[in-house]
Order: sequence, then structure tokens, then C-alpha cells
Amino acid sequence: MAVITMTINDELVSGVEGQSLLSLIREQGIELPTLCHLEGLEARGGCRLCLVEMQSTQRLLPACTTTAQEGMSIQTHSERLVRYRRMILELLFAERNHVCAVCVMNGRCELQDEAAKIGMDHVRYDYLVPELPMDATHDKFAIDHNRCILCTRCVSVCDSVEGAHTWDVMGRGVNSRVITDLNQPWGSSRSCTSCGKCVQVCPTGALANKGSTVAEMVKRHDFLQWILDGREKKQWVMHNGGSEGRR
Amino acid sequence: MTTLATKRTGRKADKAEPAVSSKIRLATAWLGGCSGCHMSFLDLDEKLIDLAEVVDLVYSPIADVKEFPDHVDVTLVEGAVANVDHLELAEQIRQRSKLVVSFGDCAVTGNVTSLRNKFPLEDLLTKVYHEGPGAVPRGGEYDKIVPALIPRVLPLHQVIEVDAFIPGCPPDPERIWAAVSALLAGEPVVLPEKMRMFG
Ligand code: SF4
Ligand code: SF4
Ligand code: SF4
Ligand code: FES
Repeated sequence: MAVITMTINDELVSGVEGQSLLSLIREQGIELPTLCHLEGLEARGGCRLCLVEMQSTQRLLPACTTTAQEGMSIQTHSERLVRYRRMILELLFAERNHVCAVCVMNGRCELQDEAAKIGMDHVRYDYLVPELPMDATHDKFAIDHNRCILCTRCVSVCDSVEGAHTWDVMGRGVNSRVITDLNQPWGSSRSCTSCGKCVQVCPTGALANKGSTVAEMVKRHDFLQWILDGREKKQWVMHNGGSEGRR
Repeated sequence: MTTLATKRTGRKADKAEPAVSSKIRLATAWLGGCSGCHMSFLDLDEKLIDLAEVVDLVYSPIADVKEFPDHVDVTLVEGAVANVDHLELAEQIRQRSKLVVSFGDCAVTGNVTSLRNKFPLEDLLTKVYHEGPGAVPRGGEYDKIVPALIPRVLPLHQVIEVDAFIPGCPPDPERIWAAVSALLAGEPVVLPEKMRMFG
């Protein structure tokens, strides 16, 4: 494995060729917020929270989908980046209906967490208050589109890990929505195996077990590494992850 | 950042100052909320005694004062802006207070109070009252007795300028104390991460 050297926040660091910027940044102990990214799923670059600034061109690139390269120089917390990250979070809160006090994930939600971390103490934009449905037709799970941030972790895990590809996305822009099969009720989906992987990786209160009420939903991400290690390395070692440790 | 220190030095000299006491004039107000934030405020327990030594509570749902007074130093506002009375009180609060604080999630985000924003006003009153049993109460129009609802519930900062935010539903007493003691010390309200969470 070839070693590369680059500069992060004016410090020289070395990484491995092919390594993502995000993993290299985190190896340095630098906290970079992410929402669509989840270790074990393919990076998508959708939420833009992990944007970093190229020193040479001032261009912004998502760290999760960018490969670290020899000689690169980046900033992770410039004034502009901090400002944009807060704006992104405010827009996420304004776009759908987030009422943490009555949400299944209250206290364990990644969106709520990132807002607190960044110090987003209020939303400066008008709330859009869209009319969005819930689908509780599945025996075990329910989706509340009011809480979905379109990270597409559910789409990804159902496709690449479970192999069912029940989830997909329809529509454009603010009208985008995750759908099951060809936009039919989840309960009538013939592709869904009811494995629950989508529920476990969802960062917000959008996907939850049926019967969980306010602040009751706990999610586990550790299963993902368990399955992937088993599949790829024939190793079964339990890691910790998910929303259990929050709050 | 706005603090009591910057606001105090910025006082207009030509305005008559209340001569009575040198204590900080604190007010708390209750707009469209469940009063949970005020309950949590009361949960400051023995700290309320410390507080009483440095502040005069000049207006509050827990003090019998009818008019929002002049020359208030800090006002904590619970609840979202949901009706015409809230609009009027919010304006008064802003004009008469040096620092206005959004106190709790309903004031900060609209929260539970704003759940009704999905319904047009007429549908809301029909669903809750006209279709229900018994006589229909007032509320559709401003009859000077029951204040008319405004079309959309708004977070406080969309109605008046707000100087600091205390999230939480309700904010626990530790958060309230952290924010209030900063305000009284003339420092900006910078809550630690654990105390900034909504919900
Ligand atoms: S999904 Fe997260 S941010 Fe949205 S209402 Fe639920 S707890 Fe709050
Ligand atoms: S439960 Fe499993 S198969 Fe069904 S949609 Fe979720 S991830 Fe796909
Ligand atoms: S349902 Fe959850 S996992 Fe799927 S896109 Fe929405 S927020 Fe992401
Ligand atoms: S985590 Fe990189 S764009 Fe979402």
C-alpha cells in the first residue's frame, strides 16, 4: 500500500492511497459531521455536511466521496464551512416536520445530535410544513415521511446488504420521497424480507419499529459490520454502534 | 452577541428609570405553550431563593401582574405565537425588554403548538369543535373575549427579534439555570452541547 502525504488544517498528515478524505480526517481526531454516510455502506455525498475546502481553489468537496491525494491541502472548519453546515441543518429542519418532543427517536437521533453539536439553536428559514403521509401497513415497521432527510441509507442497505432493493427514491427536489417497490404500501411489498436493516440504519425517526412511541426507538448499527465482516472475512466479532449510547 | 452588559450601557438616558431597586428586572411570559417550561423553571427549587436575591420578578404567570411593565432587563418567553393576543404581547415584550429569550422548544421552533399548521384554520376549528359534541365555542373571529387564532403558529423569532435561545421540551432546570445565570452575569448564553438538544 502506497503512503500519501497531504495537509489538513495546516498540519502534514499521511494516509494510505485510496483512503477517503473522511476517514483520514477522522483518524486525526478531527470531528467532521456526517449524516448520509454510514461505515459499511457506499458513500453517496448527499447531505453535504462533510464538505471540506480545497486550499488551492477554494472549492468545496464532500470528504466522504473524495479520495485523499498526495499533496492535497484542505481546511475542515473554515468560517464558510461552519456557516454552510449550519445552513444545511436548518434547511433539513425547515423542509419537513420535525417535532423532536413527540418523535420516536427523541434523544437518540443523529439529526438532532448534529444540530446540538454544531450549535444550531434555532432555524432562520420559514418552515415549509409539507403535507406528508405515514405508511404503517408493514407488520413490523412504519415509515413517517415527516422525519425523513433523504439520506438514502435505507435504499443502500436494502440493496447492497440485504439484496432486496425494496426502497428507492421518486420525485425531484423537495418533492423527493423514498418509496417501497413501485410506490405501493410497504405492507404489500413482495420484495421486502422484513429483515429490518433499513430501520436500524435510518439516522432519524423516519423508520421505526411499530409500537415504539416517543423517545423509545433504539437503533443498532453494529449488525452491519457483523454481516459485512462475516461475508467478506468469515469473521464474526461484535462492534458497538448505533443510537444506544446517545444521550 | 447581545448581553445584558452591552444592552445596559446602551440605555437611553432620557427615559425615566424606575428608582426603586438595583435588582435585575426579570419577567417571564406564557404564550402558546403547555406551561411545562414554567413548571421546569419552578423546579429550580432552592436556586429560586438565590435568584430572588438578585432579581425582581416584575411580570409572570406566577406573579399577579396584569400589564407587561416598562424597563424589563430580561424576559423569558415560553410558547409559540399562536393568536392575536400573543402577537400583541410579543410586541410589548420586545419594546419593553432589553433581552428577550426564547424559552423552550415551542418558542424556539413552534414545536407541538405548531402541529396544527398542517390544517387550514377553518378545518382545524371544524375538526376540533364544530364536528364535536356540544356548543361551538368562540375562536373563529376576534371578539375581544377569546383571541382569534392566527393562520399559522410562528416561532417567536419570526415575530420579534430574539437575543438568546434555550431549547428543550421542557428545558430542564440545569439548562435554565445555566442560561439564566449567564444572562444575569451579563454574559452571552452559550450552552454546552448536551444542553442544546431540542426535544
Ligand atoms: S427525526 Fe430527529 S430531528 Fe426529526 S423530529 Fe425526530 S428526533 Fe427530532
Ligand atoms: S426490512 Fe429489509 S428487505 Fe424490507 S425494506 Fe427494509 S431492508 Fe429492505
Ligand atoms: S427513511 Fe431514514 S434512512 Fe431512509 S432516506 Fe429517510 S432518513 Fe434516510
Ligand atoms: S456525509 Fe458526506 S455528504 Fe453526507
